[in-house]
Amino acid sequence: MKNHPVFIDNDPQTEYSTLNLGPTHPATHGVFQNVLTMDGERIVNGVSTIGYIHRAFEKIAEHRPFYQITPLTDRMNYCSSPINNMGWHMTVEKMLDIKMPKRVDYMRVIVMELARISDHIVCNSILGVDTGALTGFTYMMKYREHIYEIYEEICGSRLTTNIGRIGGFERNFNRIAFDKIRSFLKIFPPNLKEFEALFNRNRIFVDRTKDVAAVDAETALNYSWSGPLLRAAGVDYDVRAMEPYSSYEDFDFEVPVGTNGDVYNRFLVRNEEMWQSMRIIEQALNKIEKEDPNIFHADVPEFYLPPKEEVYNNMEALIYHFKIVMGEVPTPNTEVYHAVEGANGELGFYLVNDGGRSPYRLHFRRPSFINYQMYAPMSRGMLLSDAIINMSSLNVIAGELDA
Amino acid sequence: MYSLSAYADNVFILFVQIMSDIQIVEAPPGVEGSGFFATSLDKAVGLARSYSLWPLPFATSCCGIEFMATMASTYDLARFGAERMSFSPRQADLLMVMGTISKKMGPVLRQVYLQMAEPRWVLAMGACASSGGIFDTYSVLQGIDEIIPVDVYVPGCPPRPEAVIDGFMQIQKLVQTESLRRRSSPEYQKLLASYGIQ
Amino acid sequence: MAKITNEELLNSITGKFESEVANITEPFGLLTLETSREKIIDILTFLKTDAKLQFIFLTDITAIHYPDQEKQIGVIYHLHSLVNNVRIRIKVFMADDNLHIPSATVLWEGANWMERETYDFFGVEFDGHPDLRRILNVDDMTVFPMRKEFPLEDPNRVDKRDYFFGR
Repeated sequence: MKNHPVFIDNDPQTEYSTLNLGPTHPATHGVFQNVLTMDGERIVNGVSTIGYIHRAFEKIAEHRPFYQITPLTDRMNYCSSPINNMGWHMTVEKMLDIKMPKRVDYMRVIVMELARISDHIVCNSILGVDTGALTGFTYMMKYREHIYEIYEEICGSRLTTNIGRIGGFERNFNRIAFDKIRSFLKIFPPNLKEFEALFNRNRIFVDRTKDVAAVDAETALNYSWSGPLLRAAGVDYDVRAMEPYSSYEDFDFEVPVGTNGDVYNRFLVRNEEMWQSMRIIEQALNKIEKEDPNIFHADVPEFYLPPKEEVYNNMEALIYHFKIVMGEVPTPNTEVYHAVEGANGELGFYLVNDGGRSPYRLHFRRPSFINYQMYAPMSRGMLLSDAIINMSSLNVIAGELDA
Repeated sequence: MYSLSAYADNVFILFVQIMSDIQIVEAPPGVEGSGFFATSLDKAVGLARSYSLWPLPFATSCCGIEFMATMASTYDLARFGAERMSFSPRQADLLMVMGTISKKMGPVLRQVYLQMAEPRWVLAMGACASSGGIFDTYSVLQGIDEIIPVDVYVPGCPPRPEAVIDGFMQIQKLVQTESLRRRSSPEYQKLLASYGIQ
Repeated sequence: MAKITNEELLNSITGKFESEVANITEPFGLLTLETSREKIIDILTFLKTDAKLQFIFLTDITAIHYPDQEKQIGVIYHLHSLVNNVRIRIKVFMADDNLHIPSATVLWEGANWMERETYDFFGVEFDGHPDLRRILNVDDMTVFPMRKEFPLEDPNRVDKRDYFFGR
């Protein structure tokens, strides 16, 4: 029998190979690159490269007046853009010391929780797709369309919403918006239950995700993780509970916490957060009914544009309009840091103002950026398929990663 | 010069279309008979190509999410033949660039375009891919037509799924009316040369 | 809702680092202090490891550029104590010709990318950082874009006519 050739020197199987998990991903996670050194199927080392969609948000923000920065914040975490918008508005209102009426706070809470649901739908269903289960994705994306319809009623746009103004909202929620929100609360729970029934005790899914990329709380805090990732590791840090903003202290909700921080825990934490978000929206709808239905903004004529009918007829309104748009209103010379609970973690805005029309310096504390730095160290020693699941459970949104 | 039988055919087809919901693609002009249909090659090939385009979704940012919504069941791009998303440029017909392309990403996009085989079309979705969008900064490429030739631009930030489908239909029209020798014609070669592509 | 007040926090810090902290303000309830690059790691270590304060969470590291000041570039740290629910902001200002500061990666692994971003945009050199290179901008860029003298728009554009932009 002929012997098969055996490599003695230069055995290709003792060398490491390089795999480029390149910027163009098949799984639409976004544009970031990982150059992996592989020993067969196992990752030995990984080097991350980001910046493929760096759009210089912080630099642009130094050249735009405050109300023009909202569309920029939309495009950071574009799966849940209302949260970014509201966070920015609240930062500026904190700086200008504007107190919001309760109804506006509750309206903001509704919009932010819808955005959180929308982001978690994408994250969890794409996690399913990466394990090979496309059914969850096709079932759940329909409900994102319902959320988009609600956004359209409120602000006119689907994805990059630019909802709200500094001082409130640009228009009141009309009856159709409230009806759509109520009907969403009715039709989504059975489908979320169906989604959970497809995945939570699915043998294949559990085998793929349980004990994959487990992270203990110590390491997670060391890497400044926040949001569902940190909560899955066992630390119950939620900015909504710790430093309530926008009247979150009036709401009764729980913060789901996991045990060992693996991918399965992150999946469950996100599902449970969707249930809690729906609970919050229901409470908000009930609370809004008790308030005066005509309030949709704070009474700050220096920063909130007057309605157009008044601008054309009333001298004061015209002057306020002019001053706001041209930036003649003096703003305090101070600095403020405000954090909101984004879908991925603590989304912070550090605003340094010098009294002018635009910020002197605006820095976004972006959770995807800070969460992602642990990916390369974490993937050492993992199988490639586990590393892919890990990446999709980190929910890295490329717009927020690079800003 | 239409013969009476041709008229009769049209009336019959119209009758069928009123009475049932079946929409069939309109056949290109040609000679029809029992068991055969003769038309020119480029029209037949264009018909086949346009209704089975394999797109490469080059999704970078927000427009990518809107593309996901277009692919989902409500707006369903698969109705138009774009059923199979190809993530390998070697097997793709249509490069759909969705989202901002920064200067760091430019060479990657160019590599992907160069790897595609002729005939290939490019659809620039969104304001960022068409012209840089709202990001007039040092790090953003002001439109992908600085590095690759583009066939259809879909404006919007992000464009509605209906707009994306409209852009896709424009690509289909381009594919249907393209002549077979276009890719080796001197004008096309000059176009590619202006981008530095051989 | 904070378990220790800014008053107590400030007293604990000045108790140990009396002469090192300056310019103490409290904009919007967030204690802000300034210190020097020699003492920054000691102060951060004290804040992180002290049994009562427990500032274990590094929220962010960023920088700011004041071209008119003598010490132009300031590196700004935000810390958060989850147990006591209190935040603190520490600034270190440096002159442009000597932009070195010890790296906080000895205390938090999460400081790695935050410092790389600060280096990428402002040019601050973090001594002891394991891998200080550009992160968001293109690798062969020689200037630091977030400084005030760097323009926002690409100066090499040929298709933009200043006439239409009011210039």
